Amino acid sequence: MTAAGPLAHAGHGAAGPTWLPLFPVALLAAGYVLAAVRNSRGWDHRRTASWLVGCALLAVAVGPLAQLPDNPRGHMAQHLLLGMLAPLGLVLAAPVTLLLRVAPPPVRRAVGRLLRSRPLHLLAHPFTAALLTTGGLAFVLLTPLYAAAERQPVLHHAVHLHYLAAGYLFAWSLAGPDPAPRRPGLAVRVGALLAASAGHAVLAKYLYAQADSLPPGLTDRDPEAFRSAAQLMYYGGDLAELLLAAALFAAWYHSRRPRPSPSPSPSPSPSPSPLIKRFASPEGGSLTQSS
Amino acid sequence: MRFGVFATSFELTARCVVVDSTLPRTRTADVRSSTLVGVLIGIAIMAAVDEIVFHQLLAWHHFYDRSTPSVALLSDGLLHAAEVITLVGGFFWFADLRRRRALSSRPAWGGFLLGAGGFQLFDGLVDHKVLRLHQIRYGVHLVPYDVVWNVAGAVLLLAGAAVLWRARSRRPGAGPR
Repeated sequence: MTAAGPLAHAGHGAAGPTWLPLFPVALLAAGYVLAAVRNSRGWDHRRTASWLVGCALLAVAVGPLAQLPDNPRGHMAQHLLLGMLAPLGLVLAAPVTLLLRVAPPPVRRAVGRLLRSRPLHLLAHPFTAALLTTGGLAFVLLTPLYAAAERQPVLHHAVHLHYLAAGYLFAWSLAGPDPAPRRPGLAVRVGALLAASAGHAVLAKYLYAQADSLPPGLTDRDPEAFRSAAQLMYYGGDLAELLLAAALFAAWYHSRRPRPSPSPSPSPSPSPSPLIKRFASPEGGSLTQSS
Repeated sequence: MRFGVFATSFELTARCVVVDSTLPRTRTADVRSSTLVGVLIGIAIMAAVDEIVFHQLLAWHHFYDRSTPSVALLSDGLLHAAEVITLVGGFFWFADLRRRRALSSRPAWGGFLLGAGGFQLFDGLVDHKVLRLHQIRYGVHLVPYDVVWNVAGAVLLLAGAAVLWRARSRRPGAGPR
């Protein structure tokens, strides 16, 4: 536990102790659980579980995986966890809804203002978010930024933070149960998922094909290790796409459940609290706006 | 209205198939949607079989073939991403049709065979031959493999067309529509 930090690759052991990046993750997990317990109206345990899974994946990415010696496969696994898998767990936990439930009124008003602000709508548009995740990844891997981040721990942390933030934004814009004013319709979101996933797959195969020279600027490279990392990226991206698509279409499926109006058969799954569900998931509203 | 929204949303995954967005009914069997959902699931299942059996289990197909041009990489990436979305979206659409009792099984099966055969044939002709993404197997005489691959695809495609044709021709009688 006292070895070099996550960014200390072979010989750059000056970074802080390894538990340091785990601290904010633990804080996130504890804060959410505390809020969920304090919430007097009750909070869906599945959401809490989803948050904790997301935090656990984050912890794996910044903890054990960062301990590994400098290795492209390890970096790729970190990217997959930080930028794709953990964000989905966090987004499905609806942290903003929880915050709106437990926070004092001034905070709620501020969050409401933020959610209604124009720049956020632009930033959280599925295509902007797709560009930030997949485009950001391409930017890191196709420019000397990768090599620079290997040398400078601060840059490395910043890149990881970008992966996480952009991945969260993308997952939220596609399938987040949190309130998302002006969220585009299903067709736009499916298109953004297609674009981001295709970009990710193309990037992975391109890196595989060019493993002798990409990422640029590295002094000692092992092309075989980079090819292996590129394959991990390709199939890991598939898994993330599969999960994101499942979240997206599950929300759609839920929003289309038959209303108990003309049907003689009783509704198969009575929602526990339709009001809260409606608030938590703006699917219905956004779908009707979409065409 | 709800149906119209839904139809536009699937045009991305079901390019080339025009969805009638003005279908008025929702309670009766929806032949068009049933066919389309069958096609989508057929495409996705065949793509998954290709990926799992030929890429992973047999390791006949290569992840990347040195002769692959970069345009082919782009098309491969798009197709690959679309397959995953089609698989998930197709099953959720299928579940939704079943839930609304709008699923008609014959057109769905016909569409499934049509989609599976169509994908097999597309993969065999466009991906393997035109784009030269990768070949079926390496270090062997390719012609028999190509013939079996594409004939199998064509047979599936024709079987699907036949099932759909029969489903259509019996519709004016007592068929649910």
